[in-house]
Amino acid sequence: MQNNSPNANDQEQSDNDVSRRRFLTDMAKSACGMTLLGMGIGLYSAQNSALPALALRPPGALAERDFLATCSRCGLCVRDCPYDILRLADIGEEVAVGTPYFIARQGGCEMCPDIPCIPVCPTNALDHNLTEINDARMGLAVVIDQESCIAFLGLRCEVCFNICPIRGKAITIEKSSNLRSGKHALFIPVVHSDSCTGCGKCEEGCVTDIASIKILPAPLAQGQLGAHYRLGWREKEAAGRSLVAPDVEHQYNLPEGQHYEHGGEGLVIDNAPNATPFASNPLDTLNSDFGQRP
Amino acid sequence: MKFSTRPGHEAQQRKGWLAAYRWLLLRRFTQLTVIVLFLLGPFAGIWIVKGNLASSELFGVIPLSEPLITLQLLASGFIPLQAMVIGTLLVIIFYALVGGRVYCSWFCPVNVITDSASWLRERLKITTSVKLHRSVRFWVLTMVILLPIFTGTMAYESVNPVAMIHRAIIYGLGMTLSVAVALFLYDLLLQRKGWCGHLCPMGALYSIIGRFSPLRVRADKRQACNDCMECFVVCPEPQVIKPALKGAGKGVGPVILDSACTNCGRCIDICAEDVFNFGLRWRNQGDQPD
Repeated sequence: MQNNSPNANDQEQSDNDVSRRRFLTDMAKSACGMTLLGMGIGLYSAQNSALPALALRPPGALAERDFLATCSRCGLCVRDCPYDILRLADIGEEVAVGTPYFIARQGGCEMCPDIPCIPVCPTNALDHNLTEINDARMGLAVVIDQESCIAFLGLRCEVCFNICPIRGKAITIEKSSNLRSGKHALFIPVVHSDSCTGCGKCEEGCVTDIASIKILPAPLAQGQLGAHYRLGWREKEAAGRSLVAPDVEHQYNLPEGQHYEHGGEGLVIDNAPNATPFASNPLDTLNSDFGQRP
Repeated sequence: MKFSTRPGHEAQQRKGWLAAYRWLLLRRFTQLTVIVLFLLGPFAGIWIVKGNLASSELFGVIPLSEPLITLQLLASGFIPLQAMVIGTLLVIIFYALVGGRVYCSWFCPVNVITDSASWLRERLKITTSVKLHRSVRFWVLTMVILLPIFTGTMAYESVNPVAMIHRAIIYGLGMTLSVAVALFLYDLLLQRKGWCGHLCPMGALYSIIGRFSPLRVRADKRQACNDCMECFVVCPEPQVIKPALKGAGKGVGPVILDSACTNCGRCIDICAEDVFNFGLRWRNQGDQPD
């Protein structure tokens, strides 16, 4: 009996050791397994978090990384989109699985003034602070192919200009001369990033077989001027005077009674009501007998 | 133990078909109802509930949110909106009262898939099994909550098969349904109750939420048990039964207190002796005289 007692204790002690060792080994195994699995899932989700350029997030979406941190993939925005533009990504699509997006060419955002997709978002992945749809920035329209855009070929089109929900601001038509024909004008669509919301209506409406104007993620579409650049004409306007050497006063040797407005009217004949042979109304010019015969 | 008849045969003989499948039928009805309610909106324009089981809106006003989503949101460093906090609390309160894993057995549509797999597994007498302890799901849960801290995104939601299957059904995403096939095959070929019983972090979180739930399955008439073992065969978490059913000698039970119990009621259905019943967690000091 006296010998047994310490032996029993030893036995108990070694049992405890074994079970403790097994417990620790099991813990270590589980922790290692989960770390590996976690790394796998983490890497996969990181790979999967690159949004393809043509997939656009709903208005108010946070930057992609924050969006994927907050979007619960519940689809409430999809349900509340009155035009059924939004859809959730299925497996096999390049967009992170289950997250909402739309493809501009298939249907752009209709830019509802009350933005119904935003307040329903439970997680603020669509920023509830966005209440003015014109402040949304889903992407940026880019007239991406000047070879296929028919405006550059000299045709009147202007569909993107006319379909734009912020007509006249986000896209303007700039006239320039058609050097090929030598006598026609080109009516070129120009996108302005300070107004364009990236809704995609222009891309949806573009008449070419493949859209010549596309919505791209703003960082992909935009360059950035070096921070050290100063635009002289703006500096001058702000300061009210030239910041460098004073502007040269142009001198023109002209006959008396005439002067020249540089960057303005051009040649001006003083005190001559009909100084130019061309009346402001072209018909008047044609009907007059040119040259004011006495 | 009987091998001559399939589990449930005797209960059917003694109680009748309906009584022998009562809770199972009710569960299937509830699971179907959840899906139908979500689909009534898009298909019939009747918006009772909108969204999916990750986040939804009941009657257009009551927010509901999946607690695991909220935890991941917090872990990725974002503060949930007030509605989401309320929605999460509503869900937590509900499951804290009725039993956390009631979510698993009564509401989650994946349950139908894994139940079918284990039914077929038993029919085909497949016994191959990978060795994974049931506690693995808590490790998975830990990983799921840690991932956003390291990656800054809800990384698990890129692979969460349960959320994917909900979404696939409610939003008609065809390819995503392949995940359901994968889960079915895993439970059929690799492990009995593999996903729901061993791996799912949502189930793990709900079992924590329902740790102290008042609503429990009780083996009140455990002295009538004839050791047919059928409850162990049908139970998705058979380890929870033994202390309650066989603990009389040790003064344990008769309430199933293990938080892994899903309150599915299969043991109540299957028992020809009506040993089990739903009840409250209190009065649990050994055998109670009837």
